[in-house]
Amino acid sequence: MRILFSLWLMAAAPGALAALNIFACEPEWGSLAKELGAGKVTVYTAATALQDVHRIEARPSLIARARSADLMVCTGAELEVGWLPLVQSQSGNAAIRSGQPGYFEAADVVELIEKPARLDRSLGDIHAAGNPHIHLHPRNIAEVAAALGSRMAQLDPKEARHYRESTKDFLDRWRQATMRWEKEGAPLKGVAVVVHHRDLAYLVAWLGMREVGALEPKPGLPPSSAHLAELVGRLKQTPAKLVVRSAYNDPKPSAWLAERAGIPAVMLPYTVGGNDKAKDLFGLYDDTLARLLAVPR
Amino acid sequence: MFRSMGFAMAFAAAAAPAYAQTTDEYQQLQQRVERLEAQTKARGQSAFNPDISLILQGTAATIKQDPETYQITGFAPSGGEIGPPRRGFSLSESEFVLSGNIDPYFAGKLVAALTPEDEIEVEEAFFTTLALGRGLTLKGGRFLSGIGYQNEIHQHAWDFQDTALAYKAFLGGRLNDDGVQLRWVAPTDFLLELGTEVGRGRTFPATDPNKNGAGAWSLFGRVGGDFAGSAWRAGLSYLRVSPREREFADEDSLAGETTQSFTGRSQLWIADFVAKWANFKLQAEYFRRRESGDLAYDDSDGSAVFGPLSDRYKSTQSGWYAQAVYRFLPQWRAGYRYDRLDHGSVANGIVDNGLGPTAADFPLLMTDHNPTRNTVMVDWSPTEFSRLRLQFASDKSRSNVTDNQLVLQYILSLGAHGAHTF
Repeated sequence: MRILFSLWLMAAAPGALAALNIFACEPEWGSLAKELGAGKVTVYTAATALQDVHRIEARPSLIARARSADLMVCTGAELEVGWLPLVQSQSGNAAIRSGQPGYFEAADVVELIEKPARLDRSLGDIHAAGNPHIHLHPRNIAEVAAALGSRMAQLDPKEARHYRESTKDFLDRWRQATMRWEKEGAPLKGVAVVVHHRDLAYLVAWLGMREVGALEPKPGLPPSSAHLAELVGRLKQTPAKLVVRSAYNDPKPSAWLAERAGIPAVMLPYTVGGNDKAKDLFGLYDDTLARLLAVPR
Repeated sequence: MFRSMGFAMAFAAAAAPAYAQTTDEYQQLQQRVERLEAQTKARGQSAFNPDISLILQGTAATIKQDPETYQITGFAPSGGEIGPPRRGFSLSESEFVLSGNIDPYFAGKLVAALTPEDEIEVEEAFFTTLALGRGLTLKGGRFLSGIGYQNEIHQHAWDFQDTALAYKAFLGGRLNDDGVQLRWVAPTDFLLELGTEVGRGRTFPATDPNKNGAGAWSLFGRVGGDFAGSAWRAGLSYLRVSPREREFADEDSLAGETTQSFTGRSQLWIADFVAKWANFKLQAEYFRRRESGDLAYDDSDGSAVFGPLSDRYKSTQSGWYAQAVYRFLPQWRAGYRYDRLDHGSVANGIVDNGLGPTAADFPLLMTDHNPTRNTVMVDWSPTEFSRLRLQFASDKSRSNVTDNQLVLQYILSLGAHGAHTF
């Protein structure tokens, strides 16, 4: 019993110092929560950039961290459908259930693209609400930041001013960076690209690039040799300038296609922590653009 | 494609004012957010309908020994559906799952199995609380018990076609009682979870007593966390029941029919451990059971040599299994499992007093046999919703007999997305 009690004390201690205990489902929201919390929050991130977010399990540490979270920041749009409901129910934490102020869904405050016209699993792993990989469009980040900042203020009224100020500060810096990125990224407009999964759709849309094919035959299915061969044939008609994949994707299919089609294969960090340069959201965008711009056009 | 292009144009139009202005951007965004939030109100919870899913399963099997004669020699029959699948083609249970939130305080779930014998079985039908908070969750109804590791996992999510020998011998396959469960998760950075259950004692090792109060109770505790790129969980569970006239049939040394029944106390301990790396899963559980009470023996309907007898009975038996599953390609996994049961010590007063039947008249209980089994499997899961599995087992559950079992299995689920249980 004494051991139990001391465990309790140990666990309660760090929570007592910070005002808000935040559980972020994905690294991009963990990074954003740190920016907006600016020292007044502790952030735990469930997934790393090298994990496929579709495949995460309700592992013990997630249940433990969700237990004492004040705010859960997730993407929504069914991206976490496989594990989040389990974590929410098994943690026994009533504050972070869907619909409570302690549960924040980023997809609720942005416009999703690629909403399927038909909901049918024979079309692959599609999400009814639309494409959930929203964080690679700077406007989405700004919208989520505004909403998340006010949610944090709502949950922790004593520090409301602090959250509002740091949100405003973040949005100022973000707007300036966005203008810079849009200027730098202008040459990418119209560039034809092959993607691995549809997780880069917002990036492609933002930069005005043209997606001419995907390595996955259907969303969520691993690239098959038949599909890749067909894709090589298709690229002869509509050539692409590069093939991109996210850090967590298997590098082999894009390397294979790059060799056959004679175009460079580019790895993008996809989210914060995807490589050394993507230390925060700014680094993520800087490095993503630098990698795309390094390709000869 | 036209959608994303449409979006790109819409953004190009929207981007200019959104980023050109420097002053009221925050307020503008706020308004936009409020507008979008209002739009999305109707989403979620499938517009009040519960989540529905259906799981279709079937097997094609080649079994050397007749599955009808399956027994685990040296262990009292558990009465569960524990044998290998039927020979040839056969349908397995089709599971029908309905779940959803009831109100702000309760959620509910029903798992009904349509058996190939055209019956409907209620596997689970329970409520859980949503609003207790403080790490507490109360569950009530019929549910898979939280003891052990694999007990709570539905059959369609198992890594092998069947369960471990220890589960078959000590729990009749699994424990799903009618009762209540209380769980508490500690506010720690690693997982510390405690739980207790009180139930009727509907199935083996209990005997569905017709009495007021509880016929079974259990306790379990778990710890878990992340370590060097892996996730792990370890647990300890205790189950206590008081079977009354738990009866089974056997044959004496003259091949005459006998009935035996146990009345007393049965206690089961389970230690479990699971660890997962990116593509690798290791799982092991150890079971230890102590039973003490009275054993009744009756050969009146068979050889009629001794008639009804009764004496003290005490046994300590154990078993364990360990299994490893490796995902060697995105859609392919291979696994190996080793099972072993230890007959342990069985003190049977009827035999020990030397006046009546001998150990040879109790082939099921008294044969000093330590069953073992080796199982290998390969499965292919094109998506999360479908799986085909080929499994081979060399099963020495029966004394002096090896049963070779080759099973091809399909598991398909449609409807709501399944849960990625650890």
